[in-house]
Amino acid sequence: MFLAELLISGIAVGSIYSLVALGFVLIYKSTRVLNFAQGELVLIGAFVAFAFLSQVGVGPWIALPLTMIISVLLGLLIERTALRPMIGEPVISVIMLTIGLSSILKGSCRAIWGSVNRPFPTIFPDTLITIGPISVPPPFFWSFIISIFLLIVFAIFFKYSRLGIVMRSTANDQTATLSLGISVKRVFALSWAIAALVGAIGGVLLGSISVLDMNLGYIGLKVFPVVILGGLDSIPGAIVGGIIIAVLENLTGGYLEGIIGGGVKSVAPFVFLLFVLVIKPYGLFGTEEIERL
Amino acid sequence: MLRPCGDFKRNYSQEEAILQTRFIKVVIPLFVLTLYCLPLFLGDFYLYLLNLVFIAILGAQGINILTGFTGQISLGHGAFIGIGAYTAGVFSTKLGFSVWVVLPAAGCASALIGVMVGVPSLRIKGFYLAMATLALQFLMEYLFMELRPITGGSEGLYLERPSIFGLVLDTDRQFYFLGATIAILATLGARNLLRTRVGRAFISIRDRDIAAELIGVDIFKYKIMSFAISSFYAGVAGALLAYYITVINPQSFSIHLSIDYLAMIIIGGLGSVLGAIYGAIFIVLFPEFLKIWIEFAAQYLPIDEVFPAIREILFGFIIVFFLIFEPEGLAKIWWNIKAYWKLWPFSY
Repeated sequence: MFLAELLISGIAVGSIYSLVALGFVLIYKSTRVLNFAQGELVLIGAFVAFAFLSQVGVGPWIALPLTMIISVLLGLLIERTALRPMIGEPVISVIMLTIGLSSILKGSCRAIWGSVNRPFPTIFPDTLITIGPISVPPPFFWSFIISIFLLIVFAIFFKYSRLGIVMRSTANDQTATLSLGISVKRVFALSWAIAALVGAIGGVLLGSISVLDMNLGYIGLKVFPVVILGGLDSIPGAIVGGIIIAVLENLTGGYLEGIIGGGVKSVAPFVFLLFVLVIKPYGLFGTEEIERL
Repeated sequence: MLRPCGDFKRNYSQEEAILQTRFIKVVIPLFVLTLYCLPLFLGDFYLYLLNLVFIAILGAQGINILTGFTGQISLGHGAFIGIGAYTAGVFSTKLGFSVWVVLPAAGCASALIGVMVGVPSLRIKGFYLAMATLALQFLMEYLFMELRPITGGSEGLYLERPSIFGLVLDTDRQFYFLGATIAILATLGARNLLRTRVGRAFISIRDRDIAAELIGVDIFKYKIMSFAISSFYAGVAGALLAYYITVINPQSFSIHLSIDYLAMIIIGGLGSVLGAIYGAIFIVLFPEFLKIWIEFAAQYLPIDEVFPAIREILFGFIIVFFLIFEPEGLAKIWWNIKAYWKLWPFSY
């Protein structure tokens, strides 16, 4: 029973990890930028939704679309002002730039909303859902449903829509894409917009299953084990990786915390990450980088 | 490089000399002399800041060797500094060794872990290596917290100020001389490393590792060596920090410390020995000056409770600003100023 609970909350949280990791993978795939600010996009999304729901006091059907629009605009703004000049710069500079961005975003969030814990308003119907003998708390259930739904929508978008195909071609070969008359810059902007969007949705979901505070941004660090396990440039990898990492986190938290102390839950994904790096550096589904002179 | 007229190089030893021009040969010894005379004039607060700057310079030179020279991104420098600090704590408090043993021991302990982290760098690089060091960072934070018998858990360890030749370095003024000496030695060490075979091998790995391997640089050996030297610096810096602030706990060595050190070398100028110094000065003094400004502004505006937020935002803006507008950092800005005045008023 205990195991089933751990598994269910792991899968629910894992689907949110997958959603956030999707944003990371998308940016990496099309722009080769490693986004250390993904967690802060989640944070901002959650707080903007909170502001609309609790501070302005509009209903979810108005608040959530507004949140999405704002986060898309934020993504576009970040891409245009900070990332555009960095095209072609070394990895370290790009990493450092996104670290700087995460600091700006986190600081703004702290300045506007302060660092106190707040309860996130309920946005899901609160009837208890029972699957067989196990009852699932409603936020977990709905988070899982929404994340999986969005992941499927994005998978179809990339596979069949015109824009999705353009994005995949950019990820594959920028020069060839440019020569076909496609604006790679617009693709970059679009990937940041989508990353910010899924980040904000992830933030809303994560806010509803836990509390709203500055620590929400730490999901940006949890994304790294997920994408390393799944493969940096693989969308199915992000989905599988997210669920495996969250389940692993919950199981170590549930079974080992009593034996070897409190912090093991948060450190376990990173120990696992080290093993993945040593055994299979490009993850489960990632493409191996072959370097030539 | 800017050269005065008629300054020709006739052999390689002149080309590789650390102090190259006559002007520099006079100025640098004078500067060092002034550095040692400063405690006579400065108050305790400034000496305290300078001591922190010296420790930061040591750490920044360390990460600069790994990230700036060798091009291996490390997000775990804070952990290496922590290992040094805890080694110092255990060696001096629980085992009672003197500072002469503790400083090298802290360096070596850190270097040992550095070598272990360096081993995967044979297979992985760039972002993947950054992830390995990030994982190390979290693992060490966890161990600092949970290995209670050794590290004291969240309460941490208390140290006593070191004594050298029977003199206990109790005040900031006394500690200043130890800090300054070690910072100068560290800078000299880094500068000297750059002009040796090892330093050139590091730079070749940074610039193009496959090409370096083709011309016969043993990549694995030099990467490991870079990790070892860099984390040795970090370990000594950690030990010095532990001696100076006398209380260490896991929060002091979090991911934020690693980011601060990366910011130092980015702002100072990647791969520049002088840049690491400028960056260390900048990052240490920036929050202190900001605090003074905010205290001043708080008389007129209600902003003192948002100080941490403002610091975070400005810190981010500074990094982004440097990366976009001056990727080569303060070292390049300083060079530009010199170049401007050297040619002034005829700018051609």
